[in-house]
Amino acid sequence: MALPEKKQEATKARLSVARMPESGGWLKRARENAMERVRQMGLPDRRDEYWKYTRPESLVRPSASPAKVFEDPSDPPMFHAFERLKIVFTDGVFDEDASDDLALSGVKIERLSPASFTDIHWARDLYGVLEARGQDPVQRPLAALNTALANDGVFIRVTGKPSKPVNLIYNHKSETSDGILHHVIKLDPGTELTVLENGPAAARFNKVMEVDVADGASFHHVRTMGRDHERRAVTHIFSRLGTESVFKSFTLTANGVLTRNECVLELTGDDAVAHVAGACVGDGDFHHDDTVFVTHDAGNCESRQVFKKVLRNGATGVFQGKILVKPEAQKTDGYQISQSLLLDDDSQFLAKPELEIYADDVACSHGSTSGAIDEEGLFYLRARGVPKDTATDLMTLAFLAEAVEEIEDEDLRAEIVERLDAWLGRRRD
Amino acid sequence: MLEIKGLTVDLEEEEKTILKGVDLTVEAGKVHAIMGPNGSGKSTLSYVLAGRDGYEVTGGTAELDGEDILDMEPEERAAEGLFLAFQYPVEIPGVGNMTFLRTALNAQRKARGEEEMSAKEFLQVIREKAKTLKIDADMLKRPVNVGFSGGEKKRNEILQMALLEPKMCILDETDSGLDVDAMKLVSDGVNALRDAGRGFLVITHYQRLLDHIKPDVVHIMSDGRMVKTGGPELALEVEQNGYADILSEVA
Repeated sequence: MALPEKKQEATKARLSVARMPESGGWLKRARENAMERVRQMGLPDRRDEYWKYTRPESLVRPSASPAKVFEDPSDPPMFHAFERLKIVFTDGVFDEDASDDLALSGVKIERLSPASFTDIHWARDLYGVLEARGQDPVQRPLAALNTALANDGVFIRVTGKPSKPVNLIYNHKSETSDGILHHVIKLDPGTELTVLENGPAAARFNKVMEVDVADGASFHHVRTMGRDHERRAVTHIFSRLGTESVFKSFTLTANGVLTRNECVLELTGDDAVAHVAGACVGDGDFHHDDTVFVTHDAGNCESRQVFKKVLRNGATGVFQGKILVKPEAQKTDGYQISQSLLLDDDSQFLAKPELEIYADDVACSHGSTSGAIDEEGLFYLRARGVPKDTATDLMTLAFLAEAVEEIEDEDLRAEIVERLDAWLGRRRD
Repeated sequence: MLEIKGLTVDLEEEEKTILKGVDLTVEAGKVHAIMGPNGSGKSTLSYVLAGRDGYEVTGGTAELDGEDILDMEPEERAAEGLFLAFQYPVEIPGVGNMTFLRTALNAQRKARGEEEMSAKEFLQVIREKAKTLKIDADMLKRPVNVGFSGGEKKRNEILQMALLEPKMCILDETDSGLDVDAMKLVSDGVNALRDAGRGFLVITHYQRLLDHIKPDVVHIMSDGRMVKTGGPELALEVEQNGYADILSEVA
């Protein structure tokens, strides 16, 4: 079917400035295939149902809108007290000087472009493959664009249980940078990995992470997207889960003009567990969209989606979450909750929870609420001498707690709570 | 200590006058009780003094140690030493009781220009005070008032009072929902705080609380004003004859 003219034009304009990075044979083919997907789907515009609540124009247009570099010296670097292997990208380019030696027992880490010149590489079966699987039944053209154009990224093969997390750090130094990163992570059966991600990355950032979690493996992911007011980002996680595997992802987002985080999970083995959670603090000219699609395609699996958003000074929060239960996926336990705390009348929360169930023996529940702060509670705290702002922050943290508690590791959870506490305290004027 | 003169208050939402000229002076070291039938304005008086939204003060003054409190934010009144023990203590899911207590104590100290209490010192203080009120470690760890029984909530109020050491304590129907044992425990907690520098205003429907917390002065409130003031014997009179006699006498 021919694309609408405006979509064609916008897609053509974007692709006219696109340069496919030089890469080896199999990666080159994967990129070309992805480019073909982009041409067929066209890039998203506001007439697309999947982009009804979030305007994609600034993510699609040929160049990035400038974004000031945001620095707050009172914010210590995220996760700085943790033992971790640091892999740093600055404006979407691997920063060798700032990174640790990419050696860690139990994992093998390679950069995307050199790896692509190895003829037979494990990443060949995953790069752009999980992304392509995730294009059905809902199209995600910006992810295909990423597969075609990603200029950097890492391949991480997990063969054991590494002693520390891998921390992907995204620095933003250029006001006009347009970073496109693509990571592929493969966990062999029975292995474990924790990935931490933080930083604004670029003025505009498009990131895809494909994660293959084999039978009995566990993948933990904790990500923070900081307070940078002007950045824009679209990210996708595509993950396939094997039998008795575990996938747990948590994202903390504060500010940014525009953020769209998509998480596409496919439970393909029995007894798999997938949790995806997010806490989001939006203050001012801020638009944050969590779009989640969980497909249950095996029996006795559990999935949880827990999203909490605190919005003030005209911020907008969006949640589109879907649980699809295929006919074979009996005994599915699916849960989804999205809630917003609106601190004023100017802010808004738009939620689209969806369940589509073809199996008859399942337990799926979903809920979505929007509310103001509890005035009774606020008065109670103030009557005990707690100033209004502090009382509001206490109650806000309490509201976000259910999402933060999805982080399994106690120390990481404490780090996130501490950061949230500090961020909440600094209101934008 | 607390001096209220000609206080008149309307509800903000509707055109209704609740307090119609309240005059009341509570001296340091004294316990004043307010009794009165439902709807006489007792609870409204306590809320207005604590600074709750929804009321409009249309006349009169309320001063704490000579400072006008009516223009202050609730937290400022608390820092000045005013404390309201709530009739219905509020549940705050997600906020730990300990966090709440320490935040409140240190916020008040900060507002008064005093040094904040260290976590270690706080822990010692709170454990000791909790013990006398039979509040166990589990209650301290749980979210504020969440899952507490009626009696536990009231004990938690008194614990806060003991911790914050206010100058002027207002107890709004602290006896409601308490069994005899709990009432004794709560009253003992209050009595332990009685001293020459502290004033109490005890709002209640029933004489029985006043058997435990012995008042110096008893006021009868009706239709938004104090209609009769006397000694402890006035409370006994209410207990025996109800309000009808007193009200017809002053009408």
